[in-house]
Amino acid sequence: MSKFLEIALVAAMFATPAAAEAIKLGRPALPEEVAAWDIDVAPRDVGLPEGSGDVTTGEELFVEKCAYCHGDFGEGVDRWPVLAGGQGSLTEPRPVKTIGSYWPYLSTVWDYVHRAMPFPEPQSLSVDETYAITAYLLYVNDIVDEDFVLSKENFASIKLPNEDNFYDDDRDTVEVPRFSVEPCMENCKEKAEIVMRAAVLDVTPEDAAARKAREEAAARAAEGAETGTAAAETATAAAPAESAEGEAAQGAIDPELAARGEKVFKKCKACHQVGEGAKNKTGPHLDGVVGRKAAAVEDFKYSSAMRAAAEDGLVWDAEALHAFLKKPKAFIKGTKMGFSGLKKDSDIDAVIEYLRQFGG
Amino acid sequence: MTRKSGPSTTRRGLLKGALAAGGAAVVGGAARAGNGDPAILEPQPWRTSLGDGVDAHPYGMPVEYERHVVRRNVPWLTADPVSSVNFTPLHELDGIITPNGLCFERHHGGAAVIDPGMHRLMINGLVDTPMVFTMEDIMRFPRENRVYFLECAANSGMEWRGAQLNGVQFTHGMVHNVMYTGVPLRYLLEAAGVKTAGTWILAEGGDASAMTRSIPIEKAMDDCLVAFKMNGEALRAEQGYPIRLVVPGWEGNMWVKWLRRIEVGDRPWHQREETSKYTDLMPDGRARRFTWVMDAKSVITSPSPQKPILHGPGRTVITGIAWSGRGTIPRVDVSLDGGVNWHRARMDGPSFDKSIHRFYYEFDWDGRPLLLQSRAMDSTGYVQPTKNQLREIRGTESIYHNNGIQTWAVNEKGIAENVEVS
Repeated sequence: MSKFLEIALVAAMFATPAAAEAIKLGRPALPEEVAAWDIDVAPRDVGLPEGSGDVTTGEELFVEKCAYCHGDFGEGVDRWPVLAGGQGSLTEPRPVKTIGSYWPYLSTVWDYVHRAMPFPEPQSLSVDETYAITAYLLYVNDIVDEDFVLSKENFASIKLPNEDNFYDDDRDTVEVPRFSVEPCMENCKEKAEIVMRAAVLDVTPEDAAARKAREEAAARAAEGAETGTAAAETATAAAPAESAEGEAAQGAIDPELAARGEKVFKKCKACHQVGEGAKNKTGPHLDGVVGRKAAAVEDFKYSSAMRAAAEDGLVWDAEALHAFLKKPKAFIKGTKMGFSGLKKDSDIDAVIEYLRQFGG
Repeated sequence: MTRKSGPSTTRRGLLKGALAAGGAAVVGGAARAGNGDPAILEPQPWRTSLGDGVDAHPYGMPVEYERHVVRRNVPWLTADPVSSVNFTPLHELDGIITPNGLCFERHHGGAAVIDPGMHRLMINGLVDTPMVFTMEDIMRFPRENRVYFLECAANSGMEWRGAQLNGVQFTHGMVHNVMYTGVPLRYLLEAAGVKTAGTWILAEGGDASAMTRSIPIEKAMDDCLVAFKMNGEALRAEQGYPIRLVVPGWEGNMWVKWLRRIEVGDRPWHQREETSKYTDLMPDGRARRFTWVMDAKSVITSPSPQKPILHGPGRTVITGIAWSGRGTIPRVDVSLDGGVNWHRARMDGPSFDKSIHRFYYEFDWDGRPLLLQSRAMDSTGYVQPTKNQLREIRGTESIYHNNGIQTWAVNEKGIAENVEVS
């Protein structure tokens, strides 16, 4: 750090003459351009826009737009971040680091929600919606009451509980001197014994992958040894291409449209898997969904509304899917799907085309 | 591609290759009269038929025998692969440069694919004139070429509580080393004219996560680059095409990809990735923040759990990598007995500031079990600590900046596994 500061000082000394000779390229940014991109908010209200939102509105928005990953009360679903609770856990094994237990500044919550959330639809929340969701997050962390309204005016009055427990990197004084000593080369300790093995945990994915690769290689080798004929090899090599062609012919899938749909599907991926090995996540897997009866994935817990629709004979043909994806909550009132819908019809058509590739 | 006979004979070759690799001592070492090596005695297809023409592979890829050399992820680590990480296959690499397609990926809203014609870099805040640069503008500034490592602050973060993942790819694979071509950030800031009150910058990405990090102006004016090439070719999409920030020696999260904006301010912004994340929780419940520099670190890449010793006792090569955010690595020591005794490793290849260095240790293995360790010393004299030395200060919940000494236990068969030793 000291060397770095030295360099910095030298740089600062030359800053004035260098600035005089600055390379003039680019063009001045227009005020509206700066306004469009300058969305950051920092502590002490820096950058915070005018607006407000209350806990109740925030709860409605949160349940609709956030709860499918974070849970209705910020408790977290699967491995998505836990946003509430955890107070008092920071000195315990497996601490729970939430807005209430860990985050130092409320401005960070506002900034991040506005900048990057909801995960599949970033920068889709209005200023007031962001205030409301931030207010709800304060509420679920027991920092404000249920009738609280957060606004630009009272924002600075909220201090998060853990603000004072951060300090600047002190490795240069605490660690670097301790570790900067001539290392021992001989008889540095009496003996070294194994005290823990990763193999016991058996959580390494490589094991399975490497095993599969080895087995495949062995199978290929065996196959080559047994047949050893050009014909057999050619058939194997050609198989993937043939089946790909076969699929296209059978379903008459428009590959361009499906490719666009794959991009649109990024919005869905946070909750839905599709394709080989697809599993249920927050939402059911979507293999074979097109043309299938609604609520048909056996081991998925659908909403009662979705099950009722299935009993009424709802089948996910292109038309029904289109209506559902346009406005999920209008099509099936009470669906668990938190996604607010795809605005463009062309996006909906594309994503259905993409899903058609996976059976149905 | 052009001949049907190719694949079949190639596969036969593969079988023999596998046999040769598995039983090298038998095939290679014990060839007797009348029992010669078929690799020599039999005509091989690559000698008796023609290979592909120059138009077969307009963009070349590794040969089929290397197709297992890929990035891999650990599915249970994160909720979703769109906001996740994969790992560089360090066990398969040598030298100091990471090939572009094998550089680990970490993004927070998927890998954006940006049309360079529509990309803009804005500089605003405490400047004389807020500026906008197109890619064409950026390319007209003087360029620099520098080799730097990029390490995620969470590299080895899964190992704080003890040995967990059985492979150097997973324990240490959130690092890569690339030659960047770029424009010093200083030139761009000077074009806008930083006001004297400007002491910090905020770097922001143009992807769906709009990643942001605060960086002190001293670092920004010192050695940061706005890079557009890696190893001579355009950045890969997953590495921030068309431009990324290069912040030498500092944690990877600060190297904002898809860089779209630099704001100059007079204090840090305390964004999510410098408060909720990338802060180091200490045993007393308080947390270190702004822990930017990556401490000196090394690891043996071969042998390692994914790269066992297959040749049996005798002449054996140990190799690995070392790097430091504070300078170069003049020295690495290797231990065969879990840190009781140490030997100076041989450094080889170029030694660049804040770059990966390559080391080797060649020895005669007697076939007895080994406890392999490596220990880096950087140009400031800092020596890589043991994991327990780190835990004494930091406990086991700090996630980031785990640069402790790694141990691989090698058994008499040459199989290696991730262990911790007393």
